[in-house]
Amino acid sequence: MSQTGISDKLFLIRYKCDDKSHLLIKETDNCMKCATKDCNFFCPADVYEWDKKEKITHVAYENCIECGTCRIACPSDNIEWVYPKGGYGITYKLG
Amino acid sequence: MNEKFDAVVVGGGPAGATAALLMARAGLSVVLLERGEFPGAKNLFGGVLYRKQIEQYVPDFWKERNAPVERQIVEQRLWMMGKESLVSFSHRNEAYKEPPNCFTGLRVKFDQWYANKAVEAGAIPVFETVALEVIKEGDRVVGVRTDRDDGDLYADVVVIADGVNSLLGKQMGIHREWRPDEVSLAVKEVIQLPKEKIEDRFNVEGDEGVTIEFMGETSLGMAGMGFLYTNQDTLSLGIGVMVNHLRDKRIKPYELLNSLKQHPMIRKLIQGGETKEYSGHLIPEGGFDSIPPLSGNGWVVCGDAAQLVNFVHREGTNLAMASGQFAAEAIIEAKLKGDTSAAALKLYDEKVQGSFIHKDLKKYRGMHAMLKEINPELLFSKLPHAANEAAYQFFLVDGVPKAEKQKTAVRLIKEAAGGSMNLLKLGYKGWRSMNG
Repeated sequence: MSQTGISDKLFLIRYKCDDKSHLLIKETDNCMKCATKDCNFFCPADVYEWDKKEKITHVAYENCIECGTCRIACPSDNIEWVYPKGGYGITYKLG
Repeated sequence: MNEKFDAVVVGGGPAGATAALLMARAGLSVVLLERGEFPGAKNLFGGVLYRKQIEQYVPDFWKERNAPVERQIVEQRLWMMGKESLVSFSHRNEAYKEPPNCFTGLRVKFDQWYANKAVEAGAIPVFETVALEVIKEGDRVVGVRTDRDDGDLYADVVVIADGVNSLLGKQMGIHREWRPDEVSLAVKEVIQLPKEKIEDRFNVEGDEGVTIEFMGETSLGMAGMGFLYTNQDTLSLGIGVMVNHLRDKRIKPYELLNSLKQHPMIRKLIQGGETKEYSGHLIPEGGFDSIPPLSGNGWVVCGDAAQLVNFVHREGTNLAMASGQFAAEAIIEAKLKGDTSAAALKLYDEKVQGSFIHKDLKKYRGMHAMLKEINPELLFSKLPHAANEAAYQFFLVDGVPKAEKQKTAVRLIKEAAGGSMNLLKLGYKGWRSMNG
């Protein structure tokens, strides 16, 4: 069976995107100080990516599958995680 | 909608829908609040539904037209995975068919169907609405504030059934944030495959189905379990690993899933299939010691939001439903007495404590501490590897006398555990943790 990349996988999910992010980095300084940048790895939807040049964490909240891992696993508790607005975010068709 | 109800249920999953269904049937005015487009829109599980639990609320549900189940399970397999091998334990029995023991299922279909039973019974559906916070009067919960304009809902009791990411529970201070070692992240794909292929590959006919749970080298040294379940014309393949281990290992969850799909024993079963959906969800795995207080002044908490998951037996929806039932019973009783204070709702705690939920989670109470104490590499990599190597040597016909092969097998297991004493200690610890 062929392997699909993460963008192909996320393409299978229906999203209704709010124009406002439901995921916020609390303190950008904390990301700068963070040695491990764990969120670049543990997120199942590749929402977080450290931008070396700009020295910020990019948050692709549009891809979020609302699992909550980042809220719990960020080593400096630096992610403000709330649910997307009612009716927004992901809608699975199988589950 | 500043009306007052007997109860507002936050969350349209199995816990919330059960509570809403039973309260509505008893004539209470109930609102069923769900943040998704419909109940189940954001829900996901491995994929096993237990007949005995569901039929308490909807008798003979599996005989309904468009029943929300996939296949009835006639065989359960447990695989201990090596790199390109497995040691298997399984049980198949025709007796699981009449009546069925459990079914595979997909949550989008099941949750919609089930929540609709609550709506048919009279619960008022309020979907696409997030409960932002509870409204309090003094120390008493009197309702919830929502993200709709004019969205305050008042009630005698708020049922918190908003799942593993219970922002409401945390905001109320019922529990602190879960630690990374209290939750697993599971990622899953639903893979479409023609019925005939499923029937051939899993040796089933008609609506019969198979579940496979596996542990070992497929979790790449992290504590975790994988699963492969047969649906009507799809397979549910997934793996969950402890979030603290995932963080330490720096492995991307979908790469873990991709590597799993390449294991020769898995690859052959899913071959030719087309992925229809990718999904991910947290599983509360803190066990007995992570269960928060279950009720208070004007509120109760049910299901995943209360860490009610038996991860040893991959049971969750049934615990969620049972807790929803006990909550409903306690609230109905409290309403009859005209007292929905903490003292009256304590009845919910008592019902949970007297049930299989409490007994089962207590039995495995030590499991969590053991998983924390023992290096996951040992349990989820070294020992499964040794077991596979021992089995390989034992069954290999190569002129080596059987007595010697037996010795080799024992030696491999002992070495993996770090010597006889360690193996004994491990066995003892394992036994204790499963019989607390």
